[in-house]
Amino acid sequence: MAEMDTSGGGHKKGPGVKKGKKLSTRVDLTPMVDLGFLLITFFIFTTTMSQATAFKLFLPKDADKPEDQNKAKESGALTIMLGKDNNVFYYEGILDNSNASSKFKSSNFGNGESGIRNIILQKKLRTPDNDFVVVIKPTSECNYKNVVDILDEMAINVVKKYALVDISDVEDQLVKITEAAGGSGK
Amino acid sequence: MARPKIPRKSTSIDMTAMCDVAFLLLSFFILTTKFKPSEAITVTTPSSVASKVAPEKDIVMVTMDKDGKVFLSMDDESAKEQIANILNQTKNLNLNIAAFKKAEFFGTSFSQLSSFLSIPKEDLKGDKLPGIPVDSTKGPNELIEWMQLVHTAFEGKKQPNLLLKGDNLAKYPSFHAVITAFKKNEFLKFQMVTNPEAAPIGSELWKDNQKHGADEEKK
Repeated sequence: MAEMDTSGGGHKKGPGVKKGKKLSTRVDLTPMVDLGFLLITFFIFTTTMSQATAFKLFLPKDADKPEDQNKAKESGALTIMLGKDNNVFYYEGILDNSNASSKFKSSNFGNGESGIRNIILQKKLRTPDNDFVVVIKPTSECNYKNVVDILDEMAINVVKKYALVDISDVEDQLVKITEAAGGSGK
Repeated sequence: MARPKIPRKSTSIDMTAMCDVAFLLLSFFILTTKFKPSEAITVTTPSSVASKVAPEKDIVMVTMDKDGKVFLSMDDESAKEQIANILNQTKNLNLNIAAFKKAEFFGTSFSQLSSFLSIPKEDLKGDKLPGIPVDSTKGPNELIEWMQLVHTAFEGKKQPNLLLKGDNLAKYPSFHAVITAFKKNEFLKFQMVTNPEAAPIGSELWKDNQKHGADEEKK
């Protein structure tokens, strides 16, 4: 305890010498405890608990010749396009002029039925494992968060093959038109 | 009815033990706290389910702020010195090598680099700097050259951890420019700095993790 032995000293005082009144050495520690806990709360709040994580991305080497490029099976391909304001668009297989309007669909980052997670999952279940490829085409309007989110979806849905590809003009136009028409997935 | 007299107990408690505990905890928190270094470039990273902790040593980091401006930083001083020497030789930039070595990040075009190095540290704020020019529609993507320099500086050495730290709001074109710069210099592996996030319950990854957890428990 916070007390000190004050009785020591050794030499005895002779008779008749008045003893000094013993002062208590007990200190009230309550304010000190208060201060201690105040500082603890401060340090708890300033401590950075969560450390930044990093996820790896492997880039493919650019193939110079078109014949060297990897070909994806049409049946297993899912192309996802990222527009502005967190809009997501997708189509399965190949898009050409005749079927553009029916194949081109919109989605969002939500968890619901029309959310991109569900769409990826449904497509994954429908196609054989080896054929399933997701092609991600971000437009110049989308932001970094969208790209990371969609790459994250790949990790969440355990998609083994996916690629980040530049968007073609046709697709870019389609995205822009759909967005202008208010056909976003929200 | 006569009540027996209960002797009144003193309400003061001995605080010493509590004080001990308080200060023990306090010293623990003081010692474990790692203050966030005040960052010159403010970046809010997106979150991902990745669980690997981002490396802190041997890094070459490309930072993208919310306006899509790109900055480069690295922690290996000998590599920096080498880069400064190469720049001085090939571009006659007259760089102050000591200042180049001390610089925490680089965020300007090559032509402005010399004056960039003379800016005092307090004034180096991301929003006031131009960033490394990456927009290929407005001029050459200088990050390609930077990455080439990094590539030369680390040739034959342990390869650095290439990190990309981007802001949520950075637009895709700058990200694309950064990827292009990486690709052109055969940096095909890189890591993106994110905030941790739990895998959504019921998703494939979540099921995987559950399975792995169960496997480990069996062992």
